[in-house]
Amino acid sequence: MTNNKKLVNVFIDALAVEAEVVTDNLQYNSIAEWDSVAHMALIAQLEEVFDVMLDTDDIIDMSSPLKAKTILTKYGVSF
Amino acid sequence: MLQGKTAIITGVTRGIGKKIAEVYAKNHATLILNAREHTKVEKLAQKLRDEYNVEVIAFTFDITNSDEVKKAFQNLFKTVKKVDILVNNAGILEGSLLGMIGQNMIEKTYATNVYSIYDISQYAIRMMQRNKSGSIINMTSIMGVMGAEGQAVYSGSKAAVIGITKSMSKELASSNIRVNAIAPGFIDTDMIKELTDVKYEERLASIKMGRVGKTEDVANTALYLASELSSYVTGQVIGVDGGMVI
Repeated sequence: MTNNKKLVNVFIDALAVEAEVVTDNLQYNSIAEWDSVAHMALIAQLEEVFDVMLDTDDIIDMSSPLKAKTILTKYGVSF
Repeated sequence: MLQGKTAIITGVTRGIGKKIAEVYAKNHATLILNAREHTKVEKLAQKLRDEYNVEVIAFTFDITNSDEVKKAFQNLFKTVKKVDILVNNAGILEGSLLGMIGQNMIEKTYATNVYSIYDISQYAIRMMQRNKSGSIINMTSIMGVMGAEGQAVYSGSKAAVIGITKSMSKELASSNIRVNAIAPGFIDTDMIKELTDVKYEERLASIKMGRVGKTEDVANTALYLASELSSYVTGQVIGVDGGMVI
């Protein structure tokens, strides 16, 4: 499975949304399902799936799937 | 009692932190020991490995430096994927009467006693959430509960620890991560050796049980809170003070 697919799957699972909702530009807090509690579940799953430990600032900055890719790239994950 | 558990303990080179490390080692925990001075941490780590045949990692960084905390946890994560117990023990005590409290003293005290808890806990929690379990033990003080003359800064910082503990316990309960605090009274550590004889006797007289507390008294409470014996206990502040009144 590609890292892009893994990322999308994490968003679908952590936010409990349909696949079509997860676009690059989906924004944090723009849908009811992506609140702060879901955000931390999302972070936990991203860390688990990509085997990384994110900096607190990066967690705060992770405001969209596109931004998630940019941040994870810093940790050696390629998309 | 802690077989198979991994514990991070901050401020381990002396006093209560050192004793907690010893008690946890005796109970077969894997230890990750923090302090600023690597030589001192490694010396304790080696002693515990030799005496108790447990795995001990020296985890050296300055808890008041966010960059160092971040790098330390990211390095730790490369080898250790889960943490079960975090003891936020490191702290400093400096007294000063009102009117003579400098900004430096306030910032130094809060950086060590309060801000570090946010920093360290936020990383450790994510290593606990992987297992959906954990125990965080924050060291407060009887002065954080009761206040004390000449201790507006220290008491304030330790009162903040209580607020943090209670809030964290509410937020993390659904992840099965328990968060509690220990409030020691007058404990036989280096801190009390600096008191005058008169002050020492005054403090001793205020303890209903008539004796100064031992570091073991606090460490045994930290063992209880780390273990499954306290599996339904969260958001509590446990006084270990022999009935001290201040």
